[in-house]
Amino acid sequence: MKELKSWKDYPLGGAVYEPGSTLDIDVSGWRNERPQIDQEKCIRCRICWVFCPDAAIIEEEKNYTTKTGKTFKLTYSIDYAHCKGCGICANECPVKAIKMIPEVE
Amino acid sequence: MVLGLETKKSELKPLSTNKAVAEAAKDSNVDVVAAYPITPQTTVVERLAELIGEGELDAEIIHVESEHSALSAVIGASAMGARTFTATSSQGLALMHEILHIASGLRLPIVMSVAARALSAPISIFNDHSDIMNQRDTGWIIIFTSSAQEAYDTIIQAYKIAENSNVLLPVMVAYDGYVMSHTIEPVEVLGKKVAEEYIPKKVSWNRLDPDRPITIGTITSPDYYYEFKYAQAKALESSLQHILEADSEFKKKYGRGYGAVEGYMMEDAEIAVLGTSSYFSNLKYAVDELRKKGVKAGAIKLRVYRPFPREQLYELIKGLRALGVIDRSISYGMTPSGPIALDLMSTYRYKNIPPIQSFVAGIGQRRMLIEDFVRIYEILERRASSNSINEETLFYGVKGIDI
Repeated sequence: MKELKSWKDYPLGGAVYEPGSTLDIDVSGWRNERPQIDQEKCIRCRICWVFCPDAAIIEEEKNYTTKTGKTFKLTYSIDYAHCKGCGICANECPVKAIKMIPEVE
Repeated sequence: MVLGLETKKSELKPLSTNKAVAEAAKDSNVDVVAAYPITPQTTVVERLAELIGEGELDAEIIHVESEHSALSAVIGASAMGARTFTATSSQGLALMHEILHIASGLRLPIVMSVAARALSAPISIFNDHSDIMNQRDTGWIIIFTSSAQEAYDTIIQAYKIAENSNVLLPVMVAYDGYVMSHTIEPVEVLGKKVAEEYIPKKVSWNRLDPDRPITIGTITSPDYYYEFKYAQAKALESSLQHILEADSEFKKKYGRGYGAVEGYMMEDAEIAVLGTSSYFSNLKYAVDELRKKGVKAGAIKLRVYRPFPREQLYELIKGLRALGVIDRSISYGMTPSGPIALDLMSTYRYKNIPPIQSFVAGIGQRRMLIEDFVRIYEILERRASSNSINEETLFYGVKGIDI
């Protein structure tokens, strides 16, 4: 984003002319707790991905084989630069595979 | 005035100010109209619906459930690049309050007509300026008009002003409910040529376009918000020159111009009274009466209210012995109680100005005849002669009060 040194540099009426510009903003500092996904417990239901209000759940086509020998084609992880730590994913997870870990002990 | 324009093939129609305003929106070739019925504005939008029905205007009317939604709908349409119009009065304008700030904050060139009416409670459907004055600080350009013709011309000028890329602010065109909204006057209408030659359509503002996506109405942090509001303040302040340019160009093309303020018999006036909207016409009659008696009286019309035409008005008042200011709304708990009188007293605080006597009159359309205006001049003259003008407002016409 262009550096705004004077009020004259500001875009008219607060418009943002660059789509997706919030991707450049790191909001990790907003977080008190970070979600952590237990890949062993995760059943790949995608509910966390659907509910995350900041699209901070990453879905990848990456194989994962559990200790019991079950192989999933998808792996879910957290985009920690954009996760604000709201905990909705942990609350919605039907198998309690997401834990909220305090950022500061 | 009208005769000289015959060569321009314009038409003279008998119109109430409401109908004149609808005609002006039609001649401005608006794309989207959204409004909610409220007395005494209702016939503006009724007439626009008829004009669309008759095929005179190709526009969308959005039916909404309130004025809050009406202005919101118009904001959405304006953000899509449409030329938009809405109209309201009184409680309707009050209900729009939070959205008024959003329209100006987003810098959208919306034009709205307001048939000024008193506010509840108790309920009054009649005229005063409480509704407008309550919206004074919403960042809109506010223009008071004094005749159906002026209202027609000003709506058209309002698009020129609002869509000017140096301005990009919404404009409120006000006139007196009933006294003007429902009074039929001869109005010279210009027809659709106006939209082509005076206000050709060109989207000069932020437009939501799927091919070139932008975001509007975002949240800002304390690091950024202030500058947007400063830019808005500067835009409104500097819009005065563009308002006057639009007026001059209109006058050049169509023969009528109004300026930011207007004086009547001010060249040698010793005392004068300032009024807005229809009161100016009556003040002129009162001046004629007083001149017959040898009183050097003058009348002043404040047309552009925001931005406040500080220098233009100062030129009119600076040589006076005394100035009366008539407000048709009350700033409760403040001395003086008239918002316009208050504006004058503060903006000219460090200039040489005559004593200003604040009057409140016509609240809830309390009848004001020409003789009442003559009486106001007489009170002003008496107070000026006895050096008894002070900050306190005189509430003219209240039963049980003798001034």
